[in-house]
Order: sequence, then structure tokens, then C-alpha cells
Amino acid sequence: MIIEMKNIRKHFDSLEVLKDISFGVDSGEVVSIIGPSGSGKSTLLRCATFLETIDGGEISYMGQKAAHTNASGHTVYVHHNELKKFRTYCGLVFQQFNLFPHYSVLKNLIDAPIHVQGRSRGEAEETAMDLLKKMGIADKANSYPYQLSGGQQQRVAIARALAMKPEILFFDEPTSALDPELTGEVLRVIRQLAEEKMTMVVVTHEMPFAKAVSNRVIFMDGGVIVEQGDPEDVFGNPKEERTKAFLRVFER
Amino acid sequence: MELNTMISTMAAGMLRTCGIFALTLLGSLPLGMVVALLRKSRFSVVRVIIRVYISVIRGTPLMLQLLVWYFGPYYLFGMSIRGWRFPALIFGFIINYAAYFAEIYRGGIESIHVGQYEAAEVLGYTKTQTFMRIILPQVIKRIMPSVTNEVITLVKDTSLAFTLAYQEVFSLAKQISASQTSFLPFVIAGVFYFVANYVVAFAMERIEKAMDYYR
Repeated sequence: MIIEMKNIRKHFDSLEVLKDISFGVDSGEVVSIIGPSGSGKSTLLRCATFLETIDGGEISYMGQKAAHTNASGHTVYVHHNELKKFRTYCGLVFQQFNLFPHYSVLKNLIDAPIHVQGRSRGEAEETAMDLLKKMGIADKANSYPYQLSGGQQQRVAIARALAMKPEILFFDEPTSALDPELTGEVLRVIRQLAEEKMTMVVVTHEMPFAKAVSNRVIFMDGGVIVEQGDPEDVFGNPKEERTKAFLRVFER
Repeated sequence: MELNTMISTMAAGMLRTCGIFALTLLGSLPLGMVVALLRKSRFSVVRVIIRVYISVIRGTPLMLQLLVWYFGPYYLFGMSIRGWRFPALIFGFIINYAAYFAEIYRGGIESIHVGQYEAAEVLGYTKTQTFMRIILPQVIKRIMPSVTNEVITLVKDTSLAFTLAYQEVFSLAKQISASQTSFLPFVIAGVFYFVANYVVAFAMERIEKAMDYYR
């Protein structure tokens, strides 16, 4: 298993956002997480990528514990030097892209590999150019983010995450900030990665995409996993009332 | 007094004015960053001290502050202030301008979207790397217009050195005008200040242009 999260609890002040969530992702698996806003999907990704600290539970990557709740009930993370290693296992693509505006596209892709991972410039540039080609934006290597469309920016952001060679890539509503006509180009890239057996977890509102691309669909609501399973089953034959109610909104 | 003598005397004063200007920037631009970062320190004592410092500096006239820096050591500690005039002057200017720059920096740092920090964190940048590589370059670009304002104000504020009877261009203009009963020294001083600020504005515009390659 690439990542395993057990009994994750997370609250913001008095608001319980994640209530005892457990989930794992196997190598090569593509998991879609769907659910109404405020259901805790994004928070789950942010906990998995260490942007948020959990209040309880256990996070492991590649069978190694990054955080766990000890016998006295405290949740402890590994030392931050070791946490670095865990960060390299996962990548995150944001809804708002969050590219570095003062760096060219190429620099966005090579800066962290060089200065965080200590790769050589030559190797980093080669990897970056390969990724840009794959994303269909090799000609934009020397452009700056503001010169690109939203769809292109998001593809750069995906390439930036992949340039770190993560074991698993998380997507937090990657197309929600895009104009409808630009979502296709981003979804196509994710689909292509799925075909290459990249392990991915995608929080999305694009139901047809989730159905077509993922091996497993998770429906979250109110901080719990309400239902999960094969996309055919979850979409075609949902068992839970809440899932049915949620999916009805998208059938029109 | 001949016009030539007048101009060359005042040009020497202008050189001292430029000295105050350059030393103040050299000290206050970096010090302001230190102050801005300390203002966000995790130790509340430090934060309180910095806030008091900024509010006192901004709440009192620079002219008064210069007098305090110069005469303070004598009145408070009975120290001799011989040779202390120029250091007190520069000290006063740096401490004053650092407070203003700190607030500009703080505004710039706070204006950077949290997504930039998060993207850097996920990519594994350390806190120092995030600040130096990702945040600071964007902050500098954003604060340039405010910094330009402050720098232009500084050119004119150097005239407050006359409070400590330091012979910069404004003090000289006053002296020469009084002794020669002439209006001309003020005109010459005005031209000097204007030209200096013209150069400053030009330089700052070039710097802003150089950072125009991204938005």
C-alpha cells in the first residue's frame, strides 16, 4: 500500500471535519473522492500531504509510520527531518494551481528537484522537458504562469508535482477553478497518467470523469466515508440514501 | 559671495546630504526586514517590544527623535557627546526608517497568497528556502511603489539634519542666505533636492521595470 490512513480525526475548533476516517491506496490505483462541499474531502487530502496535522489516527506511507496516536492519546509525527522523506512520497495539485509566478514554467518544474532533492540541473531539466512534452506544453517552457490559460497553468502544476517523482499524486478539485471549456485538457492529462498506472487520488465534482477513470470511488459526507466501491456500483447502484441524494443532483 | 563659491559650498553640503541618504538606506532597508520578521516572532515579548518601537517611532516627529539620540546620552548618562553628532544623526535616521520599511515589508509579506506557502511546503522547501526563494522575490516586487515613496521622502527628510547643526545642504542654505541676505541659496538647495529626487525616481522606475517580466 502506498498510503494508509487509519481512524483519522481532525477538527477545526469545535467543528469535527474528519470523524474516524480510514482509507488506503494501492500502487497503481486511481481513487476518486466525491461528496458535497464541506464533507471533509479537501481536509483529508491536506492531512495526507501534511499540510494539516491530524488530531488522531495514523498515517503511513510505504509501510512506514509518519504519524500515529500513542498510548497516552497524543498524536505524534516523526521528526521534521524524517517528515521530509514522507513529503517526497506525495505530491499535491491544488484547485488554484499555486504556481510560482516569478518563475518561468521550466523553473517552476526544476527548482524544487534541484534545491530540495539535490538533483543535478541537467537531470532536472531533462525530466521537466519530458513532462512538459507529455502535458502538451513543451513550447511554454520559457513562458511565465500569467501568460498561460488556466488549463495550461494546471497542467504545469501537475508537471511540477510529477517532477518530484512522487509515489502518489493527490488532486484537490483540479478543474474547479477552470472555465468549462478548459477542464477537458486537464482531465485528459490525468486520464493519461491513470493509463500509465500513476497512483492517484482525485477529489472531483466531475462525475463522468470519476466514473471513467477511477478504480474506486469514495463518497464522503459529514466527515465520514458513506460509501465506497467500484465506480459502476457507486454510480450505477448506490446503496446509501445520502449517496443517491447527492448523485441525483448531477443527473440532469 | 560669488555664485560659483555659493554653488560649490552647497555642492559639498549636498554630498553630505547624499551621505546621510545612502547610509540611512544601507542600514534601514535590511534592518526593516529584521524588524518585520521579529514582529511575527513566536515569542510574544519580542512582538510587543517591536510593536511599541514601531508605534513610538511613527508617533513622534523625526526631528524630536534626532534630538533625543544626540542629547540623550548626555542628559541621561552624563556622557560626553563630542564626535557623537554624525553617528547620532545616522542612528536616528536608520531607526526611524527601519520602522517604516518594516511596516511596508509586513504588508507585502501578508499580501502573498497562502497557496504559495502551501505549494512550497508540499514540494519540501524548508521555511528559509520558502521565504528566500518563493516569498521574498514576490514581496519585493509588490512593495516597490511604497518603497519608492519612502525613499523620496528620505531625500527630503535629510534636511532635518539641520536640527543637529550638521552641515548638509539645507543647513548651509539657511546659513548662507542669512549671512548674504540672499534668496538664491534656497533656490539652489531646491534644485539640488529636485535633481536628487529625479534621479531616485528614475532609478526606482528602472528597478520596477526590471521586475515587470511577471505578474
